Amino acid sequence: MKEKPELINKKGLRLDGRKPDELRPVKLEVGILSNADGSAYIEHGKNKILAAAFGPREMHPKHLSLPDRMVLRCRYHMAPFSVGERKSPAPSRREIELSKVIRDSLEPSVFVEYYPRTGVDVFIEVLQADGGTRCASITAASLALADAGIPMRDLVVACAAGKVEDTVVLDLFDTEDKVGCADVPVALMPNLNVVTLLQMDGILTPKEFEKAVDMAIGGCRDIYALQKEALKTKYMLIKEEEEVEEE
Amino acid sequence: MPTYFEKKQLVTPGELLAEGDYLAGNNTYVEENKVYASRIGLADCDNKRVNVVALRSFYFPKVGDVVIGTVLEVGFSGWTVDIEAPYTALLRASDVLSRPFKPQNDELSQVLNGGDLIVAKIASYDRAHDPQLTVGEPGLGKITRGQIIKVTPSKVPRVIGRKGSMISMIKQETGCQIILGVNGVILVTGKNPRDEDLAMAAIQKIEEESHTSGLTDRITQFLKDEKEKTGGKQE
Amino acid sequence: MSSLITRVRLKQIEKMIEKAKRLDGRALGDYREIKIEQGIIEKAEGSARVLLGKTEVLVGTKVETGTPFPDTPNNGVLTVNAELVPLASPTFEPGPPDENSIELARIVDRGIRESGAIDTEKLCIEPGKKVFVVFVDVYVLNHDGNLIDASALAAVSALMNTKMPNYEVKDGEVIIKQGYTQLPMKSHPITVTLGKMNDKLIVDPWLEEEQVMDSRLTMAFNEEGNICAIQKGGKGYFTQKQILEGMKLAREKAAELRKQMKW
Repeated sequence: MKEKPELINKKGLRLDGRKPDELRPVKLEVGILSNADGSAYIEHGKNKILAAAFGPREMHPKHLSLPDRMVLRCRYHMAPFSVGERKSPAPSRREIELSKVIRDSLEPSVFVEYYPRTGVDVFIEVLQADGGTRCASITAASLALADAGIPMRDLVVACAAGKVEDTVVLDLFDTEDKVGCADVPVALMPNLNVVTLLQMDGILTPKEFEKAVDMAIGGCRDIYALQKEALKTKYMLIKEEEEVEEE
Repeated sequence: MPTYFEKKQLVTPGELLAEGDYLAGNNTYVEENKVYASRIGLADCDNKRVNVVALRSFYFPKVGDVVIGTVLEVGFSGWTVDIEAPYTALLRASDVLSRPFKPQNDELSQVLNGGDLIVAKIASYDRAHDPQLTVGEPGLGKITRGQIIKVTPSKVPRVIGRKGSMISMIKQETGCQIILGVNGVILVTGKNPRDEDLAMAAIQKIEEESHTSGLTDRITQFLKDEKEKTGGKQE
Repeated sequence: MSSLITRVRLKQIEKMIEKAKRLDGRALGDYREIKIEQGIIEKAEGSARVLLGKTEVLVGTKVETGTPFPDTPNNGVLTVNAELVPLASPTFEPGPPDENSIELARIVDRGIRESGAIDTEKLCIEPGKKVFVVFVDVYVLNHDGNLIDASALAAVSALMNTKMPNYEVKDGEVIIKQGYTQLPMKSHPITVTLGKMNDKLIVDPWLEEEQVMDSRLTMAFNEEGNICAIQKGGKGYFTQKQILEGMKLAREKAAELRKQMKW
């Protein structure tokens, strides 16, 4: 019988040493795949996720396209070696549901009316998973769309909050998600201040839910700053001085 | 009524650029009296019109544009052409043969085949139909010589330079003929591959350094330096 | 019968909702008439049929024996599947479950699982070796809007109607005996779906209203009024204020429904 780990110790710190309102470290890089129209890579805690966007381009099969707007398609997929116990490469029901909710979280940000009869495909590959993959995927996928030059209302950024023992905490990692009481992933368009993804599993009182949403949105805003920086870093002005190459 | 950016500031999609009595220019949009950026680029304001020069965009067809494309497929009555846009373009056989087209007599693949490059003009395009091309003007048609380089379409004006200063200089320094497709595809034809490579290197450098100043002088210097380097080697 | 709804009609529905009115005369916060029948499929261990307005969902449960999951050796297993049967709507096509039926199944599953509705420890036959597996199969028979709430209602009703066979363990073998016991349940979650059109939230959107909604928010509540599952769907978005407003409204409606169901 496995002993339940002490999720929050006497000092108020979590299993990985974080405080309840502390985010895991996030690293972002844009434009790392040369064949994709846009791409981004995220490391969020131990999550390692690649996202790529292809389009706008003609849809195959053609009958799936719409006469007055662009169709956004999304595929969330986990590599077999991304989790503790090998995951079959065939799409699971969870991956199919996540592909749908991630697509619904990105769609409000894209100006689909500008490109009728086209499609844009977003591919997300989770190379390593440690809780909160859908949020990290959305953050990377949105950067990939921006990197592809697709006009957007805002970037979409995502972060989760939840409850562990009796404390509402920010950004659960895998163990906390499995053994904790609730997980609330939230995606946000920060400048327009609107939520495009909201899910919950677990049990929360209305007050706890309100606090979790608030906390998750705060986490989103922190990651948003990193998103913008990653995008700007790729397109930043190069240094004016350049060494003249010696023969 | 304020703007929230400095001239040529790098902005990302969703950043608030201005509030109040402003017009939404390129790569921006308006919501509730506020102008936001819709693409990553450099923000600028021109007479109450807020614009963003996109650093990353793709080509969107416009009637009258001269583009360079690759033939994808030979169809029944024409060809489909890849013009590096969200839509594939169509070139009608009747346009190329400039006479009525007879399927039983004319073998289209003899005229243009998959993989061929063409310079064409966008004759028609609207939201409900794919762009139609024409090659019925001087300077248009099948490409038989030269090399292709692709740049982000928004950088093409930089390759041209003010009043054509940049492109004229490159042509002069390399002795190449250069055709610039509005879709970011550029054809370089020189007397030998080395001259073509030189011109292409210059164009690539322009794309990488397009948002800096003093570029024309730097490129001129670059070409001169490169020519000196290779000029020293014995053929 | 065409599945296309004319633009004129959609505009009509939009205008009415703006004025807080609905085509069928309901208030924005009203459910359609609900009818529930239990135990109609004798061969299933449990069953229920729900009519929510004209939306019709049939749920059948089957109880079989199986092996527990390695990380929960003392607990029975719950599996929820949903079929958008082609006869239910001209828009449903035959074939393996698509993203809509998978999402529907997982939302219904979430409400039941997270609320602890089934006392899965009581489904344990031999720890680590044998447990009861409860299959909940959601069969949508007619789609007239709000499949989620109708399916969730039918699923919980079917579970309440479900019987497990009596058994005894002799020499390491499980022998089924005569007679049944009621499936042990600890909670009865209620699921409420709100549709959103611009800034208006409406309860129990019917088929044509779903076409003008920009998004939906589904929330499941347990007896204490605590939330056990949430799913936002659709291509629109919510402000933080709308989320809290929606939660309060959904919670109220869940309590009303609970009274109506006498759960």
